[in-house]
Amino acid sequence: MRYEAPGTIEEAATLLARESGIARVLAGGTDLLVQLRAGMIEPDLVVDVKRIPAMMDIVEENGGFRIGAGVSCARMGEHAALVAAWPGVVEGAELIGSTQVQGRATMTGNLCNCGPAADSVPGLVAAKAVATVVGPEGRREILVKDIPAGPGKSNLKKGEIVESIFLPKRPERSGDAYLRFIPRTEMDIAVVGVGVSLTLDADGTITEAGVGLGAVAPTVLDVEDAAKAIIGSKLDEAALEKLAAAASAACNPINDKRGTIEFRVDVAGVLAKRAAKIAYKRAGGK
Amino acid sequence: MAGNQEFDADRAQDFRVVGTRPARPDGMDKVTGKARFGADMNMPGQLIGKILRSPHPHARIKSIDASEALAMPGVKAVVTAEDFNADAKDRDVLTNIMARDKALYEGHAVAAVAATSRIKAQQALKRIKVNYEILPHVTDVDAAMQPDAPILHDDMFTQGLDEKPAKPSNINARHEFGHGDVEKGFAQADIVIERDFKTAATHQGYIEPHACVANVGADGMSELWVCTQGHFHVRSQCASLLGMDVSRLRVTASEIGGGFGGKTTVFIEPVALALSRKAGRPVKLVMTREEVFKASGPTASSSMRVKIGVKKDGTITAGEASLNYQGGAFPGAPADFGAMSAFACYDLENVKAVAFDVVTNRPKGAAYRAPGAPMSVFAVESVVDELAKEIGMDPFDLRLKNAARDGSKSSYGPKFGKIGLVACLEAAKAHPHYAAPLGPNQGRGVASGFWFNFGGETCSNLNVNEDGTITLAVGTPDIGGSRASMCIMVAEELEVPYERVRAIVADTSALGFNDTTEGSRVTFSSGMALIKAARKAKEEMCKRAAMMWDIPAEAVYWAEGAAHPSGPNAGDFEPMTIEEIAGSAAKTGGPIAGHHEYNADGAGVSFGTHIVDTEVDPETGYVKILRYTVVQDAGKAIHPDYVEGQFQGGAVQGIGWALNEEYIYGEDGRLQNATFLDYRLPVASDLPMIDTVIVEVPNPGHPYGVRGVGETGIVPPLAALANSVSAAAGVRLTDLPMSPPKVLKAIGATKLAAE
Repeated sequence: MRYEAPGTIEEAATLLARESGIARVLAGGTDLLVQLRAGMIEPDLVVDVKRIPAMMDIVEENGGFRIGAGVSCARMGEHAALVAAWPGVVEGAELIGSTQVQGRATMTGNLCNCGPAADSVPGLVAAKAVATVVGPEGRREILVKDIPAGPGKSNLKKGEIVESIFLPKRPERSGDAYLRFIPRTEMDIAVVGVGVSLTLDADGTITEAGVGLGAVAPTVLDVEDAAKAIIGSKLDEAALEKLAAAASAACNPINDKRGTIEFRVDVAGVLAKRAAKIAYKRAGGK
Repeated sequence: MAGNQEFDADRAQDFRVVGTRPARPDGMDKVTGKARFGADMNMPGQLIGKILRSPHPHARIKSIDASEALAMPGVKAVVTAEDFNADAKDRDVLTNIMARDKALYEGHAVAAVAATSRIKAQQALKRIKVNYEILPHVTDVDAAMQPDAPILHDDMFTQGLDEKPAKPSNINARHEFGHGDVEKGFAQADIVIERDFKTAATHQGYIEPHACVANVGADGMSELWVCTQGHFHVRSQCASLLGMDVSRLRVTASEIGGGFGGKTTVFIEPVALALSRKAGRPVKLVMTREEVFKASGPTASSSMRVKIGVKKDGTITAGEASLNYQGGAFPGAPADFGAMSAFACYDLENVKAVAFDVVTNRPKGAAYRAPGAPMSVFAVESVVDELAKEIGMDPFDLRLKNAARDGSKSSYGPKFGKIGLVACLEAAKAHPHYAAPLGPNQGRGVASGFWFNFGGETCSNLNVNEDGTITLAVGTPDIGGSRASMCIMVAEELEVPYERVRAIVADTSALGFNDTTEGSRVTFSSGMALIKAARKAKEEMCKRAAMMWDIPAEAVYWAEGAAHPSGPNAGDFEPMTIEEIAGSAAKTGGPIAGHHEYNADGAGVSFGTHIVDTEVDPETGYVKILRYTVVQDAGKAIHPDYVEGQFQGGAVQGIGWALNEEYIYGEDGRLQNATFLDYRLPVASDLPMIDTVIVEVPNPGHPYGVRGVGETGIVPPLAALANSVSAAAGVRLTDLPMSPPKVLKAIGATKLAAE
């Protein structure tokens, strides 16, 4: 196994593109190292991206936030302006692993593993976040929701690396929230995860919304019907019920060791309502 | 409940060190990382061992070809079943540590490699060719009992039946306990409730994986460093499995990162020895967590039916239990203990418990804290709870009315001696917890539990050092703070400060045979041995002082850590301290020591009662534990911190078992959740502070009144949680774990039924 730590993303992309064997990107390593130790993968090349300065910062850009792919979740939690603008995205990222893991784990790594239950992804999908990807053919932008193709599979092409994730400028009276269900209180993996982002007008009517659903399908879902269910409402009971029904209807889960189909379908609706209420309150709604 | 009358009530009035909470002697090393656990040992020139395990739950092994692996650079030895003593005493253990004709569960060891590095050993495993013939498998206990189930052992004919069955089956044995006539009893009842219950298999969840280093010398003299609860037992088993003399194997127990019964047998140790013998070099073997889950010894899963009848005044007229336990691929599910414990908390005229020990294609079970009792007690205490509601009686009052008391005939045969169940029930009922208000979606559950406790073979040494300090050598690994308790008891007996006494766990060549640290036996058995050893040392020191004073030994007594002349007639001498006596020992006959070896009898049984409040989220089935109180009889708490720790630890493991822990098997017979991510042990933030109340009803069989406290604490929580969650959810839950999908489904089902 070769280990490379290039100084630019272009070099990293070239290394990955040229490797004929199995290549892996190393950001925080909180999944990769575990897989290596367990003998689950035996890569020929590991490219560490933490020496690439452009990937190690959170930058305010046009009123939005660009989060480098190597930024740890703990640093996101320490960024006051980011937390104020996107509390739901940050709380999703901060649910990954333990305090120790938080110091290494990255949101982009969480995204690029393409796990259906990735905690940071539903919030990004609800936020309509955009990833900047660099590869042999240059730089391109892609919606975060379009990166996962299925469990452990991404739509990125060979040699492509996510450089950063961009969260757009927030209109006034916006809020987001992420909730997950786990049978314990921490150190667990989502059985259902729901991110809701919304914007209100002056009288508290929802004008824009996004709903991301995790762990209920092969990829994190962008549930437009659930968003439509609350747009135009003040999140009254009827809107909440429609939201829950749309979230449940979007689910396409499996029975597994972590939960049953019926449980995931039911709880997706419950958490969608609860997350929407938190997001609504954060947006200043009453 | 025989045993000698050992308890000295007068002395117990006047304890000075017993009952205090000094710092643990092993604490500093543990918090600074200096303590040496199983994997911390390395020997010069050591190889790394790795085990090849069956991917199939049930398969005939047609051939094993290791030639390619052996040809790899760095590979020094490969062993298979052929490398072990086919005439070993315990055939089941022999077959479990290395599969012989068949692999009986996913993870069953098939071969092992020793190589110069872990990577090389792992690569070599991939080059060992095993030709399997896959056989049908069964992992569920009820399915395994069906007549058409795949049979694991062609020579298993159910024992304990009136007639030997004509055909082999997966039912190893039937056990029955009880007395009276249950049919007559049920006929006298006003209300009879009968329910079915299930519990999943759980793992002890110790944080330290099994680890050892073995070194077999060219002359056959061997040493083994190992993380275990019983190094003498490891020595006996390994010597037998390898066909060597016991005297040629010296076993040293490392510090231990949890055992809870799971480290009372051998898995990797004989394999490491066999590899070392073949390679001629030391071999280190450490299990991965996945191996711990798949190939160590979880406890049984169960399927049970319990029927109890009660009169309207609360008199229980009869209790009956039928228990099916599967304990993995070999006999030994603790079904018998389950049947014995099921009704132990009750004084019943008519009681019957029948249990079946069943084999399935799962790893061979090992002991887990009060083996067998938590499941059957869960079933019984759930029905008792339901009966209390049915007749409108307080659940404590119903239990008190029927409680086992001093002299009651136990449900498993013997008469109880002095026991503390009523004291526990009364203390729990009077506890402020029981009167605290509850909110919506909240429920309270109570339950009692019981464990036998054990004495066993014990051999301990005490040496008075030349400066008057004391060194203790015990043969029982310290898994729950026993070194501190040993030092406290000896300090009490010799009337010296606690700091002057230190205890070590000695290796197998330093002491006579000691039973394993199990059965909550150590503070009781090794403790009593050391009290007796201290008494011998005291007698000897009085003799030495008498010699120096030139007076008769009978005219000297021991007090305040010194020898005293018994009165003016004996002579006018200043007391002679232990330091003075020890310092001049060379002149009075040499080293001063005490020792005691015996097969300890008289371990008092222990009862406990738990109260728990939970809140159920009606939309998700999530269970939050709001408050938890453990009340348990310790006989006498030698070091109360450790006693409370045992109470809390038992409760927490029971909480995990009740709520989320379970072995999950797929249709393919493979374990789905062999990681701590998906085997859901409770984490610290899941739990409130577990309150404890130590009840002390002295055990007549111990000089200080000690009862074992390690195991009883895990017996009541399954039922206490089930009763609490059932109250909070408004529906009776009978299937453990009560994971959120199950709870939500049960709530949904009730709602539909109500409509």
